[in-house]
Amino acid sequence: MPELAYLAPSSPEEAARALASAGSRPLSGGTDLLVQLRAGRVKPDVIVDLKKIAGAVGVREENGGFVIGAATSGAVLGEHAGLVRAWPGIVEGANLIGSTQVQGRASLGGNLCNGSPAADGVPALIAARATCVIVGPNGRREVPVESIVTGPGKTSLVQGEFVLEFRLPARPARASDAYLRLIPRTEMDIAVAGVGVNLVLDAGGVVTHAHVAIGAVAPTALLVASAGAALVGGKLDDARLAAMEAAVRAACKPISDKRGTAEYRTKIAGVLSRRAALIAYDRAGA
Amino acid sequence: MSKIHITTTVNGDPAEFLASPGMTLLDALRDELGLTGAKEGCGSGDCGACSVMLDGRLVCSCLVLAPEVEGCRVETIEGMAQGGQLHPLQQKFLEHAALQCGFCTPGLLVAAKALLDAHPDPTEVEARYWLAGNLCRCTGYDKIIRAVMDAAADLRQERTA
Repeated sequence: MPELAYLAPSSPEEAARALASAGSRPLSGGTDLLVQLRAGRVKPDVIVDLKKIAGAVGVREENGGFVIGAATSGAVLGEHAGLVRAWPGIVEGANLIGSTQVQGRASLGGNLCNGSPAADGVPALIAARATCVIVGPNGRREVPVESIVTGPGKTSLVQGEFVLEFRLPARPARASDAYLRLIPRTEMDIAVAGVGVNLVLDAGGVVTHAHVAIGAVAPTALLVASAGAALVGGKLDDARLAAMEAAVRAACKPISDKRGTAEYRTKIAGVLSRRAALIAYDRAGA
Repeated sequence: MSKIHITTTVNGDPAEFLASPGMTLLDALRDELGLTGAKEGCGSGDCGACSVMLDGRLVCSCLVLAPEVEGCRVETIEGMAQGGQLHPLQQKFLEHAALQCGFCTPGLLVAAKALLDAHPDPTEVEARYWLAGNLCRCTGYDKIIRAVMDAAADLRQERTA
C-alpha cells in the first residue's frame, strides 16, 4: 500500500499542483471523505486539505453579490446574517446536512463534489444561478453549479481541478429563495426529494424571475427551466403553481429505493415545489 | 510511515504529538495524548460519542484528521471540570441520572456545553435538535434533556447573580 501523505497548501495554484496526481483527493470538511476512507471506498495516496487556501473558507461580499468559500462550514453560513437575509434557501439547504457536529465541518463545496443526487446543499445553489470558480492546472474557469455533477459520485472536474468558491449574483429588492426536502423523520436523514425555488418580484408582487431546481429525483440535481418559466409574469395564483408542479413532475427521473418509490418521489417533488415557491414568495414580499 | 509533528492547544495547554497522515483527531487524543474521554462509537460521524470542540466549533473528532488541527485549539471532556469542581452540566447529569452505561456521556456533555455557550436559554425543542447528533441507547433521552434544561436554568441564574 502506498504511504498516505497530507498536504495543506496555502494557495489555489499550489493545491491544483498537489491534486495533479491520480491518487490525490481534496479534503474540505471531511464529513464524507473520512467515512469513505475508513470504509476503504477511496484509497488516496495524497490528501490535499483545501481549508488553508485564502478564500476557500469564509463569506465575503463582492460587486453587490456574495462569494462563499467552497470549504466554508454550514455553521459559519448559518451565522452570516447578511447571507441568511439575501439567500435563506441556500443557507437552509446547507444547514440541513447532518448534525450540529457535522455542521461544524461540512461544506457546500464538499456536498456538491461528493456527487450525491440527494445533496441538500445543491438545489438552492442551482436555483440561485450560482457559479463555481474552479481552479486547476490550466488556470481558472467559472461555470454554473449544475454543470459540476454528471452522475452519482461523478463530476466534470478534470484531474487537478477543485472548486474554490461559489459566486452568487447581486440580489435586487423583493427577491428571496427557499429549500424544502422530505425525509421520513424530523432530523438527520437523506432527502427523498428536495426542491429549491428562487424568486424575484416587482413592486406589485408579480414574479419577474423564477428558478426551480430539484434534488434526489434524478441522477443529479436538475434546473427545471420550464418550472421557473411557469411562475413568471404574475402572482403565485393556483394556475401558475399547478403549471410549475406539472413541469417539476415531468422533469423527475427518480429511482425507486428504500427511501421511496419513483411515483412517490415524483409526487412529493411537485408538492415541495409548490410549498417552497410560496415560502420564497412570502420572504421576497416581506 | 513518515509522521507529522503536530503542535496544538488541548484544554488550554500546549500539546504536541506525532501523527500519521491518516490518523483521526480521535485516535490522536486517545492514543497519543492519553485523553480517553472522547469515545469511538461509530467512527463515521453518526453517534457523537467523540464530540470535541475545535477552534470553538462542535465537531466529531472521528471526522477530523489529526494533521488538520495543527495550530488549532482543541477542547475535550477532560477540560470541563475546573480544579476538581464539576461543571454544572456534569452535576446535573448525575442528579438526573442522565446516563446508564456512560459511553455517550462525554460527547453529550461537550455538545450540551456548546449549546449552552451559544444559546443560554434554549427551548426543549432546540436542545433536542442540537443534541440530535449524539446517540444514547440507554436513557431514551428524556433524563438527558431534563439535566440540560436544569443546568441551563442554573447557569442563567449564576450569570445574573
